Amino acid sequence: MFRNQYDTDVTTWSPAGRLFQVEYAMEAVKQGSAAIGLRSATHAVLATVNKASSELSSAQRKVFKIDDHIGVAIAGLTADGRVLSRYLRNECINHAFVYESPLPVGRLVVRLADKAQVCTQRSWKRPYGVGLLVAGLDESGAHLYYNCPSGNYFEYQAFAIGSRSQAAKTFLERKFETYSSASCDELIKDALFAIKETLQGEKLMSSICTVAVVGVGEPFHVLDQKTIQELIDSIETREEAPAAEPGAMQEDQGQDVAPMDI
Amino acid sequence: MAQSFEVPNGHSVEEHDLERTLNPYVTGTSVIGLKYKDGIILAADTGGSYGSTLRYKSVERIKPIGKHSLLGASGEISDFQEILKYLDELIIYDNMWDDGNSLGPKEVHNYLNRVMYNRRNKFDPLWNSLVLGGVKNGQKYLGVVNMIGTHFEDDHVATGFGNHLARPILRAEWHADLSFEEAVKLVEKCLLVLLYRDRSAINKFQLAKITEEGTTIYPRYSLKTFWGFSAFQNPTKGAVGSW
Repeated sequence: MFRNQYDTDVTTWSPAGRLFQVEYAMEAVKQGSAAIGLRSATHAVLATVNKASSELSSAQRKVFKIDDHIGVAIAGLTADGRVLSRYLRNECINHAFVYESPLPVGRLVVRLADKAQVCTQRSWKRPYGVGLLVAGLDESGAHLYYNCPSGNYFEYQAFAIGSRSQAAKTFLERKFETYSSASCDELIKDALFAIKETLQGEKLMSSICTVAVVGVGEPFHVLDQKTIQELIDSIETREEAPAAEPGAMQEDQGQDVAPMDI
Repeated sequence: MAQSFEVPNGHSVEEHDLERTLNPYVTGTSVIGLKYKDGIILAADTGGSYGSTLRYKSVERIKPIGKHSLLGASGEISDFQEILKYLDELIIYDNMWDDGNSLGPKEVHNYLNRVMYNRRNKFDPLWNSLVLGGVKNGQKYLGVVNMIGTHFEDDHVATGFGNHLARPILRAEWHADLSFEEAVKLVEKCLLVLLYRDRSAINKFQLAKITEEGTTIYPRYSLKTFWGFSAFQNPTKGAVGSW
């Protein structure tokens, strides 16, 4: 039943210096369906895989608009993601009330990380089981952050979280160097490519993904299904000419590394 | 001091030892601000009046706020100093992020508006009229907030007596591409009229400008006056109802 005797509450250290409850929370992020993000100097794009759990239901929303200049994509417990989205919206609106200007993305992310960190240090709380990709625009350009249940946050040029995200990461690692000067359309196309990698052979359709954009002169918005399908079609016709790329590689890395750093 | 209030349902609410500002003590008079070609000019005299006594002669009423803003204040001097303390903290915390974002004049103006309006809602206003000027990203900004939280932006502004004596001159003579020298001349014309007509004004002025390059506060100086105008010789002549 239990992995060991040090994982029954969040505040107990293992002798190896790990907090197992926090790591389990990060495991919840890995089990959620994939979310990816990438950015140029002026634009940021978020994309998610969201499949309905049953043919009778609709899919869970995984992309949330926080403000005109910020949006998030989540992987993990959707319910926790919604709670955090509400918090982020509140912070943005309060800042706008006092200063009549948008809250810088980095400052929002720090507040979010501080909130997540508290849950790793209180015996009566549990860590949030959700990872958030926060994409936004401020004075210093477009930004993409990943926010982890451990309370850690990182800034990225491109990143992927959730199930089979390693495939997308491998793809992004190969291409990210061109992104800072990329156009918005190029970013969207690579976002779809990255999403496709996580599907591992399954057909990419607009009905199982969400794409959202924020950038200079472009408030945060989710692309409509028709636009996404057209983009997917244009990608696929282009792809048919060269030979199909080999499917991406391994899923898990070594288990000895404390996953805090990822 | 205990005060009691009657509230509609008949209970009375006691408020113990609550002191509010019921009137200002040491006050500064008008501040003038205007946009010119490269930025914003703010001007004020350096008098501090204790009621109608001209008690202090060199009170600085124009201060830089962060990198992009200038603040000028008329009204209660101590409240202005309190406001400066708030803004100092605000700017320091903003700088501590060190992330390439900074509060511009618009943000500071809106913050001040919130502070002023909030205090008046507590029936404990900060007794000032504030002029906020600034330049950020090539954008000029000039706005006013007063003790009851009324706020607006304009190309030229004035507080207190300046509203009556300086703004008509500014409306007649201001235009958007004033050079710095022309703008100073216009400001000095306004200051001189205020000096002649506003009993709280003194002949010691502080001028400040803010441009994309930064803020400059000039050393205090006096204007040449001429008291030989015929209207000054016999002020009551022809003034019906005067003594």
